[in-house]
Amino acid sequence: MSVLVYIQNFGSKLKKQNFEVASYGSKLAESMQCPAIAVVMGTMEDSELEKLGNYGISKTLKVTDEGFNTLINKLFTQVVQQVVVQEKVTTVIFPDNNEGKAIAPRLSVKLNAGFVSGVVSMPVTLEPFIISKRVFSGKALAQVQINSPLKIISLAINSFGLHEAKTVNQIVSFEPKVSVDDQSTKIVDRKIHSEGISLLDADRVVSGGRGMKGPENWKPLEELAKVIGAATACSRPVSDAGWRSHEEHVGQTGKIIAPNLYIAVGISGATQHVAGISRSKCIVAINNDPDAPIFEVADYGVIGDAAQILPKLTEAVKAFKGE
Amino acid sequence: MKLLVCISNVPDTTTKVRFADNQTRFDATGVQWIINPWDELALTRAVDLKEDSNNPVSEVVVINVGSVETEPTLRKCLAIGADKAIRIDTVPKDAFQTAKQIASLAQKNAFDFIICGIESGDYNSSSVGGMIAEFLDTVSVSSVSDIQFQEGKAIVERDVAAGKEYIQMEGNAVLIVQKGFAKEPKIPNMRGIMMARQKPLEVIPANDANALTEYIGFQLPEPKAKVKMVNADQMTELVNFLSKEAKVL
Ligand SMILES: Cc1cc2nc3c(=O)[nH]c(=O)nc-3n(C[C@H](O)[C@H](O)[C@H](O)COP(=O)(O)OP(=O)(O)OC[C@H]3O[C@@H](n4cnc5c(N)ncnc54)[C@H](O)[C@@H]3O)c2cc1C
Repeated sequence: MSVLVYIQNFGSKLKKQNFEVASYGSKLAESMQCPAIAVVMGTMEDSELEKLGNYGISKTLKVTDEGFNTLINKLFTQVVQQVVVQEKVTTVIFPDNNEGKAIAPRLSVKLNAGFVSGVVSMPVTLEPFIISKRVFSGKALAQVQINSPLKIISLAINSFGLHEAKTVNQIVSFEPKVSVDDQSTKIVDRKIHSEGISLLDADRVVSGGRGMKGPENWKPLEELAKVIGAATACSRPVSDAGWRSHEEHVGQTGKIIAPNLYIAVGISGATQHVAGISRSKCIVAINNDPDAPIFEVADYGVIGDAAQILPKLTEAVKAFKGE
Repeated sequence: MKLLVCISNVPDTTTKVRFADNQTRFDATGVQWIINPWDELALTRAVDLKEDSNNPVSEVVVINVGSVETEPTLRKCLAIGADKAIRIDTVPKDAFQTAKQIASLAQKNAFDFIICGIESGDYNSSSVGGMIAEFLDTVSVSSVSDIQFQEGKAIVERDVAAGKEYIQMEGNAVLIVQKGFAKEPKIPNMRGIMMARQKPLEVIPANDANALTEYIGFQLPEPKAKVKMVNADQMTELVNFLSKEAKVL
């Protein structure tokens, strides 16, 4: 019996979210009195993989063939399935992100294993296996029971945090029995994000809404983002109007994020917007309308004109950092 | 090319959710139902592709697993421009059971692309598309934000952690799509609404697929502590709160 953690390969590097999934997996394994192991696809140095041992992973299976450096949903599913069988895995944990969403549902069918996505805490009970997840875009929590012997869950990013548990992490190669030369899909081009902090990874986010009045007014918002090391985001009408790229659109129909700090500037706080940000640890709202619904979900609020407040806040952060 | 767009029927995004029977089931009293927003984007793009004769798309079929109550939503899909709607007659229990229904229909009817939204606005599972692909043993591409056709082949854009990848494929695949695939949903016009009445809405019986998971209880989140207001001239105070109290700076 073991718990398997799927470790996404971020260009041969590990990220904080990997350690979070590892932390969760090893805590769960502890309660089930079995080891927590990990699988990583694609090339990564052992010195990097070893870090998983800091979060309770006792064995890491690496699938290093270059053919696994690019996500191929069907192929990756086959590999994880073979690991599950070889290692007698009973529970598989994915990150609830693009890659988890690509593989976990397929694996569920392949293994006839019930899948619950976006879980936010440890199971309520193990027998029967009952676990909480967010539903209705964050308006409620549901308890879901998995009725199959094998179980798959995906963990909402930034919901569990890091829990160190130093463990000897044995790194071994895993040779899957699959053919990597499937020609039905072919990557013909790539665009790599060059600058800035990726919204999905960001610990802090500064976000602008229609109250910013126009794309020409974004400088002070970007300035604040730079000073606090934040990614920038926006509400849907802002991206629909082309003031900002639709990559920045957060909310129910855009990106769903959970940074430690979310600063909403000139955003009214419509329910569809809040659906994408309500899991943020701390929300600051800057708005000139004291009745804006964003103040109902914010932890800190400032009433006033964004154009005037943003530079003052940036100055205050600079002073605080001693710059 | 034939496209199959999977449609989830979900409560309007502004719904105040409530639960009944000792918090064990969603209370649908007074709820307005809509096309799941991502599925609406999927359908919008599918119809646009069909209507632009530079593309090889010739038919758009929509499918929903649900009871007769979901038919207004399917009619709306027809009004937006789908050619035909299929309803598999059962109340969906979980993603696995739903996907198995759709997969068994797709097995008997050849579609070049099956398109699903990235998640459903009710249970937020992000599962049905990937599951259909695995049931059909076919390829799937997820986080798709665009599609273009070049010489009969599709070039699909997907978001990955490092940026974007462009994948060439000939069909026989499931696409799981998000914002960008279309930017704003199509609103049906009068003509579309009139034509929708004549278009076929086929009801077919469900198979006996089982569910693997079960929703046993619901809770509303704890009410949030009241917001702390900071005077607009006191940004130093806000920074102090953020660093000392919230510990996020
Ligand atoms: C199906 C569906 C899905 C949707 N999905 C999303 C989604 O994913 N994300 C999303 O964001 N929206 C989404 N929406 C839209 C949502 O309902 C709101 O319309 C939108 O979030 C409003 O954006 P906003 O707050 O920027 O603009 P507004 O609602 O116009 O708010 C602007 C705010 O700025 C304030 N303001 C004005 N001037 C100033 C100033 N000088 N200084 C400070 N504040 C000022 C105003 O008081 C107001 O509160 C969706 C809607 C639907 C129907």
